[in-house]
Amino acid sequence: MSSEMSNRIRENPKFKELVSKRERLAWTLTGIVLVLFFGLFLTVAFNPAILAIRLGDSFVTTGLAIGLFQFVLFWILTAVYVKRANSEFDSLTEQLLRESL
Amino acid sequence: MQKNLIKFAAGLTALGLAGAALAGPAMEATQKQPLNIPAIVMFAIFVGLTLAITYWAASRTKTASDFYTAGGGITGFQNGLAMAGDYMSAATLLGLTAMVYTSGYDAYLFMIAFFVGWPIILFLMAERLRNLGKFTFADITSYRLDQGSVRTMAAIGSLTVVCFYLIVQMVGAGQLIKLLFGLDYEVAVIAVGALMVVYVTFGGMVATTWVQIIKACLLLFGGSLITVLAFSQFGFSFNTLAAKTIELHKLKDMLFTPGTLLSDPVNAISLAMGLMFGLAGLPHILMRFFTVNNAKEARKSVLYAAGFVGFFFNVIMLMGLCAIVIVGTNPEFFEGGDLGGKIIGGGNMVAMHLAKAVGGNLLLGFLAAVAFATILAVVSGLALAGASAISHDLYARVIKKGKVSEAQEIRVSKMASFGIGLIAVVLGIAFEKQNVAFMAALAFGIAAAGNFPVLFLSMYWKNLTTRGALAAGYGGLIAAVVLVVLSKSVWVTVLGYATPIFPYDQPALFAMPFAFLLAYVFSVTDKTERAAKEREAFSDQWVRAQTGFGAAGAVSH
Repeated sequence: MSSEMSNRIRENPKFKELVSKRERLAWTLTGIVLVLFFGLFLTVAFNPAILAIRLGDSFVTTGLAIGLFQFVLFWILTAVYVKRANSEFDSLTEQLLRESL
Repeated sequence: MQKNLIKFAAGLTALGLAGAALAGPAMEATQKQPLNIPAIVMFAIFVGLTLAITYWAASRTKTASDFYTAGGGITGFQNGLAMAGDYMSAATLLGLTAMVYTSGYDAYLFMIAFFVGWPIILFLMAERLRNLGKFTFADITSYRLDQGSVRTMAAIGSLTVVCFYLIVQMVGAGQLIKLLFGLDYEVAVIAVGALMVVYVTFGGMVATTWVQIIKACLLLFGGSLITVLAFSQFGFSFNTLAAKTIELHKLKDMLFTPGTLLSDPVNAISLAMGLMFGLAGLPHILMRFFTVNNAKEARKSVLYAAGFVGFFFNVIMLMGLCAIVIVGTNPEFFEGGDLGGKIIGGGNMVAMHLAKAVGGNLLLGFLAAVAFATILAVVSGLALAGASAISHDLYARVIKKGKVSEAQEIRVSKMASFGIGLIAVVLGIAFEKQNVAFMAALAFGIAAAGNFPVLFLSMYWKNLTTRGALAAGYGGLIAAVVLVVLSKSVWVTVLGYATPIFPYDQPALFAMPFAFLLAYVFSVTDKTERAAKEREAFSDQWVRAQTGFGAAGAVSH
């Protein structure tokens, strides 16, 4: 691996664009997951009563609904990341590498 | 070389003896059951199939890359299944179902914590791992740091996690097989060890991957089938099921609300952190990122793995709830036919009893075979990760400094997997009567506090130096071990003291920030010339991590 090529990649404005776009997406999604997940665990610890409310006249509690919602949402977020990374970011990377050869 | 292997083996044996010396009150031994013929037949089919695959894989395992990473030729979908297979052990199937059966909603919270590491590993690590690594995660931690010392540290971290995790699996395997198949404990442990060695030594990563894939499919199919059959008894209505469970369960209304399991906030957060970041430090999971061709497939792997794991956890939730009604009201599954009494075979057998109740002996046999297959697949993944740490990291890179032929390296890794198999069998038998639950906490704790911080910082923090990495790696490992020893699971359960010194179940909340702090302090105060060079090398590493430029590619066949 030549350091020269590395330098050319680094100096290409597309590199900055790629890194900043991807980092922003990755950290935003990480933030959402961490806030919701630890939010749930802190609610369990400090105010479990909120999670015991039944939805309508069903037996489903808010706690169950929130749990299932987290499973589904977190998986959708992984799909969002994979979709953007595998199309937009990868084609940007490809252009970047081609231009830096 | 052999001298080093022997030294290593002696070290591990000493560790085992030290563990045995800590022996306290014995775990209740499981009852041996009569031979279960359908289970044995179905399991024999599984073994036959996987051995045939191993035979086929052996002919395709020629280079080091074939052995460690299946030549990088696994697709994202296959790898996703295999990752899910690596992650879902027999303890997941049996233990979590039992937990839903007794604790209801608390078990669901546990499963969310087990699941949430997957999105995080995708967002922050997956593509960097693929772009920077080749065979093991030590490739990444030592990328721009001192090869000898940092690799040794990473390999020790890997081997410690592998070792504890293996003992848990072996002891669980022995107990379970004794119960399900009516085989002797020793016979079961030796059979698991022998099959594991055969898969790994002859078939390397190709065989291990296929064993994982088949097992994951069987597990997903078996679990779903039982759940569909059981849930149909309630007309597929969650409300009907829930009403019945609340009526029957001793928790009543509290079944679907947070209980006592996670009521201490510090304990809950520490446990959540351990499970979440532990996943990102498990060597056998991390290794799977190198079996795919590029970053694109690495990302897809996590998408599929997370999908399968998340789906299966929800299946287990339903399975446990159905069991409350179907198993909980059937005297056939209780000792002496006493409904309020002990479940035959212990709490972990709830899933098995449910299989029998809804599908007869055939489905019971099938699920038993799946459980055995699950154990085999998980221990194979672990053994391969351990063998790679010995042959690729310690032998080829540290001892021989990269001056070694591939054939020689593969030979060492085969010897290493044999050694690991032997140790796993010996320790599995030695720990038969011990309560090994703490070892699972240890494995995740060490992965989260020892492996993860250094791996994460090496990819993200320019200023990490060799000194900082060593301090964090060893410091995190030691902190995790010490805190687990002082916690209830060892201090009270194993050593027999009245109260634990460390009051929480998982060390991660304390040990992990401690490791990060050590990394920071020892890196920023490192003014050596080597440290300056290491910081300078970060920018090239950054380019490769971001773009994959220069990444180890797939080997074409």
